[in-house]
Amino acid sequence: MLRLLIGRLLQIAVTLLLVSALTWLVMGAMPGDPVDLAMMSDPHLTPEDAMRMRALHGADQPLLQRYLAWATAVLQGDFGHSRLFAVPAAQVLWPALGSTLVLLGWSLALSALLGLLLGALGATQPRAAPAVDALAILAQSTPTFWLGILLIILFAVELGWLPAGGTAEASGLGDAARYLLLPVTTLAIVNLAAYARHSMAALQAELGADYIRTARMKGLPESVILWRHAFPNAAIPVVTLFALDAGSLVSGALVTETIFARPGMGKLIYDAIMGNDYNLALLALLLAALVTMLATLAADIAQRLLDPRIAT
Amino acid sequence: MRLWLGLALLGLLAAGVVAAPLVQLRFDQDPFLPDLLSRFAPPSYTHPLGTDDLGRDILLRLLHGGRVSLSVGLAVALGAGGLGTAIGLLAAWAGGWVDAVLMRVADGLLALPSLPLLVVLAAVDTGRIGLPRGEALSDILRIATILVGFGWVPVARLARAAALAQFGRDYIAAARIAGASEARLLVRHVLPNIAAPIAVACALSVAGAILAESTLSFLGLGIQPPTPSWGNMLSGAQEMVFNAPLAAIWPGLAILLAVTACTLVADGVRHRLR
Repeated sequence: MLRLLIGRLLQIAVTLLLVSALTWLVMGAMPGDPVDLAMMSDPHLTPEDAMRMRALHGADQPLLQRYLAWATAVLQGDFGHSRLFAVPAAQVLWPALGSTLVLLGWSLALSALLGLLLGALGATQPRAAPAVDALAILAQSTPTFWLGILLIILFAVELGWLPAGGTAEASGLGDAARYLLLPVTTLAIVNLAAYARHSMAALQAELGADYIRTARMKGLPESVILWRHAFPNAAIPVVTLFALDAGSLVSGALVTETIFARPGMGKLIYDAIMGNDYNLALLALLLAALVTMLATLAADIAQRLLDPRIAT
Repeated sequence: MRLWLGLALLGLLAAGVVAAPLVQLRFDQDPFLPDLLSRFAPPSYTHPLGTDDLGRDILLRLLHGGRVSLSVGLAVALGAGGLGTAIGLLAAWAGGWVDAVLMRVADGLLALPSLPLLVVLAAVDTGRIGLPRGEALSDILRIATILVGFGWVPVARLARAAALAQFGRDYIAAARIAGASEARLLVRHVLPNIAAPIAVACALSVAGAILAESTLSFLGLGIQPPTPSWGNMLSGAQEMVFNAPLAAIWPGLAILLAVTACTLVADGVRHRLR
């Protein structure tokens, strides 16, 4: 287990290094660096001024050298300044991470719970299975942003029950919940599909196993057989699914946050890239990647703890 | 059943998309030309689905957008299918460190949140790296290329697993003894036997590509207007929800249908294989 842990952490470090280098390269090819923008907004600036500005910030150095300078600073804990928000990048980063984790946590809990219930329904009632399957395929094929817009049209525009986006200004719990409800639902519905399909397949397989027949022969009630006997074994593929799916959750958060104007990591990454805020974009991207990979690792470890048959 | 339903849906969409110019002729309208006098027109005989915020016919734009969205899907399936099959076969055939490196790269790509990275890649100014920018065709190619960069992973993993199972079979040994070259072995013997699972993975990658393209276009980074795509038709929809909520329904419905059709086909083929 320790060897696995060390190996995976090393892999995460290498991946982060590669992603940061690659993103650095790619960002050089995005339109408009800060000096260009300054030139555009102030007609009094001459090309000589631009040269001087570039030299001042080291932007005239070769790409590799700039990357190394940036990486050294980050490793020393200096995350640089955000151009868009005009504060140190770390200061915007942590609240955004918190906001995203709240959104992800609730929608993950909701989708896993509903998915498991739907899966159990499909596995125990064979007549309901095609309906669950159809529902899952539809939910999986729905574009996240469209679902969000539909929910806004229905609940914010037509019915006027819930706010169309943003976050609560007062810190009241009920208010925060009102703003969370639509984004959480959007993300949960999209993710629910995979959980329903996988738990249904796993439960169907378990319910046909010999130990279930033994339990029925003992005269155990069906609910005990389902939840105490079959469910723990069927939970393993569901945990695996979480391990594989952490990345798509974060991706879904980007869309959901953009539509509902929630100041989370996803919207931060999008805004930072669109606003040429390189420091912030890179850091947010790396943080999102790190969180995703750590979640994957955690799910892998949980899977090994749940299923002793998987060699460590 | 699933397979036929999926194929029928796909056929319907393809027919609509191919017939776009005919429909255009029938209604005698230009889906690219703004007509500010008939903004947000409700559905009528001349505009069966109404008009959008610039007064353009929504039905015609849907059909033209379908050409873009479906061709991105097809291009990604071809690219990801080809690249993924090649990488998977190579990993299974070579083994050792080649296999290890390729599969670690695949693991790494799979563990990353793809959409934030796609956003970064899609924001690249293609003009700066010497490619044409802004034309419909180059937009399609740009988005397809980026999506292939992530899309090859599932195909490669599947192809590798299937190929590894084949390499243990006796017929491979027999072919080797008969003096077949390794290239012939891979192309004539292994490939046909792993084609079915690869086809399933490709069908799924079409679904994924259509979703990803529409998401990027919705965010304003994919296909650029005035060329319609199902995604960018919705990018203004959020501001329009108060004026014309119906205009926000159709493009999403088209995406939903196309992705469902691909998923059904993939599912159907998988059930047949069992």
